[in-house]
Amino acid sequence: MDGKGVRIEGLKKRYGSGDTAVDALRGVDMQVAPGEVVGLVGPSGSGKSTLLKCLGAVIEPTAGRMILGDEIIYDDGWKVKDLRALRRDRIGFIFQAPYLIPFLDVTDNVALLPMLAGKPNPEARSRAIELFQALDVEHRAKAMPSQLSGGEQQRVAIARGLVNRPPVILADEPTAPLDSERALAVIRILNDMAQQFETAIIVVTHDEKIIPTFKRIYHIRDGVTYEEAGEGRSIA
Amino acid sequence: MISLAGRDIMHSLGKFVLTGMGLGLLIGVTLSMAGIYRGLVDDGKALLENSGADLWVVQQDTIGPYAEASSIYSDVWRGIRSMPGVARAANATYFTMQVRQGERDVRAMVAGITAGELGTPGWPPHLIAGRQITRGHYEAVADFATGFKIGDRLQIRRNYYTVVGLTRRMVSSGGDPIVFIPLKDAQEAQFLKDNDAIWQQRHRTAANQAFNRPQVPGLLDAVIASQSTNSYVNAVLVQVEPGHDVDAVAESIRRWKRLTVYTRSQMEEILVGKMIATSAKQIGMFLAILSLVSAAIVAFIIYTLTLGKIREIAVLKLIGTKNRTIVGLIMQQAIALGVIGFVVGKITATLVMAPIFPKYVLLQPFDSIIGFVVVMVICMLSSIISIRAAMKVDPAEAIGG
Repeated sequence: MDGKGVRIEGLKKRYGSGDTAVDALRGVDMQVAPGEVVGLVGPSGSGKSTLLKCLGAVIEPTAGRMILGDEIIYDDGWKVKDLRALRRDRIGFIFQAPYLIPFLDVTDNVALLPMLAGKPNPEARSRAIELFQALDVEHRAKAMPSQLSGGEQQRVAIARGLVNRPPVILADEPTAPLDSERALAVIRILNDMAQQFETAIIVVTHDEKIIPTFKRIYHIRDGVTYEEAGEGRSIA
Repeated sequence: MISLAGRDIMHSLGKFVLTGMGLGLLIGVTLSMAGIYRGLVDDGKALLENSGADLWVVQQDTIGPYAEASSIYSDVWRGIRSMPGVARAANATYFTMQVRQGERDVRAMVAGITAGELGTPGWPPHLIAGRQITRGHYEAVADFATGFKIGDRLQIRRNYYTVVGLTRRMVSSGGDPIVFIPLKDAQEAQFLKDNDAIWQQRHRTAANQAFNRPQVPGLLDAVIASQSTNSYVNAVLVQVEPGHDVDAVAESIRRWKRLTVYTRSQMEEILVGKMIATSAKQIGMFLAILSLVSAAIVAFIIYTLTLGKIREIAVLKLIGTKNRTIVGLIMQQAIALGVIGFVVGKITATLVMAPIFPKYVLLQPFDSIIGFVVVMVICMLSSIISIRAAMKVDPAEAIGG
């Protein structure tokens, strides 16, 4: 690591208290370099979503440390005042389903984020178009989400995750609704984008088809992560 | 910045407009209720305005002639006319009945007016067709709202009257159109009994030894004659000479004639404050209930629309959308719904509802402005429930698991 990407040290999360307390994360360590795509794999209830929510600044961890780029964002307490702005400007999200805003066209779905960050409309839109070119959905820029195929919707969702050029992208089962071919295509795109934009990407997945494509994989079980070298199989 | 509310509305415009139209019909009914109230007040004021009187002289301790029965001698007007400050004084009678015309009958207020000239108190101030009453008997001037036409033959009690003139907006405080007939005819019609009743009255009088005295010839005939004529009127309408204080003239009549006198403002208070007070409260209750129903419907619609967007709201929050942007999305939709509803409601009330109501519906611009403000406030308040629901949405909901 050269001070960029994302690093997690001893992250813990406890739900509830007393006899009913549940330790969802028991000391997670994780590190993803800029331009790297890592897999986060684990069975249901292992703590994947909790880790993602902590890293996404949606819920507060109980203890540990999180460093985003060269800034400590959590160290036994939030070090960032405006979590909303943190999520908007420094973390990209890609969801299991694309969750595009149905009443905005494709361009506005993506351009909305830079607009929320205060960028002028033309600049926000040109950023979106630039990503559409890279993701090969430029011809669908004016379409409404309901007019897109599943694969196109997911590519637009990837564009939305990337548009503010965040140092980290959290992808929650991004290939779940897709067939093998499209799933692999999405992972190829994520790899390309990670390298092109120097973004660290964490992909939470169950998908056996895509697991072999990761060079590094974090297994999570009972709230603890174990690092493993992946196959890093190339995608045609 | 993109208008999220605008885009959402445009995305489901048909549904939104149809919902707004449904709400608009409710608002239209609410505006019409306000118009009915204004119409009631205006009817009362029109009656006073059109009578041309400054003072109403009525039986002592009554609030006649419109709100209560009042009966004073028909020759009282002469004494009043001679008092200082009185420009004109004329008798008037009023009674409400079904006026027949051929096979149909119309609820109308029959006004008996004295012979005179245009401007005489009680006379219709202007006609839209025909002429004023010029004969002492059997002519009538009817309001346009009765549906009568010039030349129609009306039946009031046993007598027939020819319509010679038509008026507009000459109505009683209850909204019934007025039919003007000569005073003498009205006095007769007011207390006219049927033949059997007259026969029975004569028989009873003849059987009364106090009236039927053989040693006093002519007494029985005199008593019967007095029983079958009506020397009373309901009120004397007075016009005050310019430059004289109306209250002072009224006080003078009260003092010297031992009668009750009302000025126009007092009469307005009687008509608006007493006669239509119950109706006004009734309409007020309706307005309040309709406002509550409208608020509930707007709240329900906006809440349903918001619930349909919970996932989108969670995503918006997760990607860093400010709360005020989400509040704006909901609030702007509520306001847009209110604007569509108000426009539809106003058009419906003006072009559809008001013309078909049997009574006068007066839709005043000021009421519309108040209505618009109230609708906006209701919409904004109604959206609070939805805003609270949206604020409770956890951005974590966008992340599975």
